[in-house]
Amino acid sequence: MCLAIPTLITSVEGTTGKAEIGGVERTISLALTPEAQVGDYVLMHTGFAIGVLDAEEAQETLRLLEELAEFYTDEMNDE
Amino acid sequence: MASDKLETVSAIRNSEMKYIDEFRDPQLARSLLASIQACSKQPARFMEFCGGHTHAIFRHGLRQMLPPTVELRSGPGCPVCVTANADLDRAIALAKLPGVIMTTFGDMLKVPGSHGSLQTAKAEGADVRIVYSALDALQIARDYPERAVIFLGVGFETTAPTVAASILEAEAGGLSNFYVLSLHKLTPPATRAILDAGEVRLAGIIGPGHVTTVIGSEAWEFLPRDYSVPCAVAGFEPLDILQAVAALVRMFEDGQPAVVNAYPRGVRPEGNRTALGIMHRVFEVSEAEWRGLGCVPASGLVLRPEYVRFDASLTFPVDPGPTREHKGCRCGDVLRGTVDPPDCPLFRHVCTPAHPVGPCMVSDEGACAAWYRYGGADV
Repeated sequence: MCLAIPTLITSVEGTTGKAEIGGVERTISLALTPEAQVGDYVLMHTGFAIGVLDAEEAQETLRLLEELAEFYTDEMNDE
Repeated sequence: MASDKLETVSAIRNSEMKYIDEFRDPQLARSLLASIQACSKQPARFMEFCGGHTHAIFRHGLRQMLPPTVELRSGPGCPVCVTANADLDRAIALAKLPGVIMTTFGDMLKVPGSHGSLQTAKAEGADVRIVYSALDALQIARDYPERAVIFLGVGFETTAPTVAASILEAEAGGLSNFYVLSLHKLTPPATRAILDAGEVRLAGIIGPGHVTTVIGSEAWEFLPRDYSVPCAVAGFEPLDILQAVAALVRMFEDGQPAVVNAYPRGVRPEGNRTALGIMHRVFEVSEAEWRGLGCVPASGLVLRPEYVRFDASLTFPVDPGPTREHKGCRCGDVLRGTVDPPDCPLFRHVCTPAHPVGPCMVSDEGACAAWYRYGGADV
């Protein structure tokens, strides 16, 4: 029930927006995320955006994981 | 940067970051598993609070990949499952009232109460409708002004703000036939209740990602502070969950419990203040009855006095009669994390998704449903 899906905001009108999910557009309430803008990815839960995804944090997480992967690849090659 | 206004929507649509596949990369998963393997020395049992995590862990086969020192145990994080029989009976009794349209998320339909479910009530003529959002229930209320439309408010902090926002919209639109039966529950007090009971030894908690999008990672600081239990908040992709497990193993082995936010793209320390503000504007905190945990202080949400006219339980008093628990069903123990689903004598033999005895076999977030669907050789 706490399922929330990353969804791209394609238009905003007041506290309502359009969101694209799997190529399908649907209406989404932005009442809980007034800061959401066109081009943001939000977490959509039961028709509401409950949070705006942070693109920089996402990139940073992946960068750290790639560093870890490099470390373990090197270590495995050393063995 | 996705929020850069100069970038067009189509450029963003075509850009690489989709927030899903990137966090399923098998190569990165292998290195995370290697780091867990290298760090984990002592046996450690972690509880994933959230039923969504339980299902993701099974779906991606993570249990089998973790070293034998790491055990994952399901927690109470399934709102449908923790709904007490008495509350479910009340919802069914409300649905049977003449003139009422009962609206509910689909998960609740098949959950057996003391005598039947919302589905059997529907079969007997009650007007029960599945909705995807509380806003859909609001639309039904607009479409049927002569009927009383009740929304069954089930869900944690992820969902409660959406229901609060719908009530505010009903108020703004002057809707007088929209009501909510609030069975909403708060997750930190339930986690406290499990640790206070001391029935299950836990070396760490995987914090619920989307609950924490709303309440913020700071809300879990009591775990290391009061219980010396580490917490790692996780998203729902395999890399998110493995990152959280890696953080928990590290904190457990080092003896340095803290709160780690392993889902920083979706969770901020302070959470979503707007959502929390709307939730607390409409609801106030109360005690609540949880299946498995019993009455937990300050763990539920009821409508504030200013909004009682939306309260279905006050507007339509019903007497659902005495509750009856299902003999042999161990959902309560599963929700407290004291047993795994296969320890229940009914599991798979009597209780199946087609003929569920307890809610943990019904819900898409129920631990029994996850074990049944994906358990394989584990069961």
